[in-house]
Amino acid sequence: MRLFHSFLAAALALAVAACSSTGGDQPAAPVVDGSASTMAGGNGPAANSSANAPIDVRPGPGANAATELTDPKSVLSRRSVYFNFDEFSVREEFRSTLQAHATWLASHRDARMLIQGNTDERGSREYNIALGQRRAEAMKRTLVLMGAAESQIDAVSLGKEKPRREGHEEADWAENRRGDILYNFGSVKEF
Amino acid sequence: MILAQFGWMVQGSPMRFRGAVTGLAAALALTLGAPARAQLEIQIVGGGSNQIPIAIAPFEGELAAQVDLSGVVAADLRRSGRFRIVDSPAVLGMSVDAPASDLAGLRGRGIDAAAAGAVRPEGGGRHDVRFRLFDAARGDQLTSGAFGPLAAQLRATAHRIADAIYEKMTGERGVFSTRIAYVVKQGPRFELHVADADGANASAVLISNEPILSPTWSPDGTALAYVSLQSKKPVVYVQRLRERRQIAVANFRGSNSAPAWAPDGNRLAVVLTRDGGSQLFMINADGSGTRRLASSSSIDTEPAFSADGKWLYFTSDRGGSPQIYRMPAEGGESQRLTFEGSYNVSPAVSADGRTLAYITRGGGGQFRLAVLDLETRQVQMITDTQNDESPSFAPNGRMILYATQVGGRGALAAVSVDGRVKQRLSISAAEVREPAWGPFLP
Repeated sequence: MRLFHSFLAAALALAVAACSSTGGDQPAAPVVDGSASTMAGGNGPAANSSANAPIDVRPGPGANAATELTDPKSVLSRRSVYFNFDEFSVREEFRSTLQAHATWLASHRDARMLIQGNTDERGSREYNIALGQRRAEAMKRTLVLMGAAESQIDAVSLGKEKPRREGHEEADWAENRRGDILYNFGSVKEF
Repeated sequence: MILAQFGWMVQGSPMRFRGAVTGLAAALALTLGAPARAQLEIQIVGGGSNQIPIAIAPFEGELAAQVDLSGVVAADLRRSGRFRIVDSPAVLGMSVDAPASDLAGLRGRGIDAAAAGAVRPEGGGRHDVRFRLFDAARGDQLTSGAFGPLAAQLRATAHRIADAIYEKMTGERGVFSTRIAYVVKQGPRFELHVADADGANASAVLISNEPILSPTWSPDGTALAYVSLQSKKPVVYVQRLRERRQIAVANFRGSNSAPAWAPDGNRLAVVLTRDGGSQLFMINADGSGTRRLASSSSIDTEPAFSADGKWLYFTSDRGGSPQIYRMPAEGGESQRLTFEGSYNVSPAVSADGRTLAYITRGGGGQFRLAVLDLETRQVQMITDTQNDESPSFAPNGRMILYATQVGGRGALAAVSVDGRVKQRLSISAAEVREPAWGPFLP
């Protein structure tokens, strides 16, 4: 990655130099969004994280609960819900998983959940964003009915843009028709 | 890792053109330093009928200027599908100052018109570029032009000359001076590129490790709106092309997507889910003043304005399957436009408001570009590609640029509205997708 970054830096430096020397129709250097950092809430440009802030490795307030979220033996480590083709109703087999998440959210009101809906690759990108949104919202509705607070959950869609499986067979599509659960709580920062 | 810098290359062009373009691209790669300069190939896979035979003389001084002006003009005209370039010995040495007596030699050579030009260095880094277009049968001058570009603008000047010739000979405005935007995916890396309509002068305006989709040009061509997933969800950004900054104009709870610039340039139609479901909203280009356009319990998405700003076309599944509708842009009753098939999405409207391009799913599950004549309601399938996506009209309404798959990889293609002229635009070892054809530039 270091090589990658130094290349970008060199490319940007070149582009900036080109702009200042010609002053003509040259485009500005590209925006490099640094996708690793997340956006601040609300409208406005991306917030830069402060380079001077110390790194704090002390356990956060939810250290034990955080373990619960990431322990592979815990039901809370089950984070994916699968959907039938062209459907967005939550299948019976995933209700117990969602009930566990809802119960946990109800007892951890400071926790925040992001649900990302996904679709298979067929059809328009934007229409798939809308279909994935329906799946995420169906999961959110179920969780709220099971006891989670509405304000704890953001339901969003990645459409067909982030396929877990890149193939073009029905098995790949089935894997990609999916909603994923991410958490922000204590030391767990998944979004 | 996309470290290599390649030159753009145009396929299916005369040798003199190819050499000059590659050399120019190498020079540009140095000056612009744009990362991931992948190799774009334009292939012309079909031609129009009734092509106008035309000869383009090498421009005096173009070797010294190191820009193949006549080659760029010829390639533009050929790519439009409306011209046949004739290499006539009679025009090889033709001067831009040719007296009428010289033009007698053009008669009976099987050409309708001939163009000659010259480029001469002037003071202050400028060049004097002139061209004249002659009627080959009568020996009359049809049009002429003079320009004073800097060296970096010589190629743009060649596009202006091609535009002038195209307009004189066809009666329609040319689009050779316009630009296109598209997304390049190479491995895990996404880049939003802007290039000239012929694929030259490409540069990345956004680099991300997360998907970028739905770029759309502001009506004045100075900015792009697009959707990026860089913050783990869809957010609509506006980016002015001369600045580095991206502004999140729609970053509400839920998903924010499908931007469409209103023709006034001050507002965008967007799809927000902040109140539940995918719904159409208007928002100011600075992110203020959100206003809901329609209210339904169904999916409403992919808004697209008519050029006169009166209509908003969009995709909705309110009838049980995704179909294309339109409504008055200020709100009001919707009208369904597509009835054949169970999946019709991604509307785009020609500038004259007569033709709707969209993607339809056929019986075999393939997705194809279709055009609907909004007066006669006649539907035509005009491509032989599969997995077509995201149609975008050239500003003169003549060609439609769209995304498709070639050899299992994402590529762009262009097709004339009558289906006769076809081009493929691909980049080796990368996926190209989400094309958007920019507006006429002043």
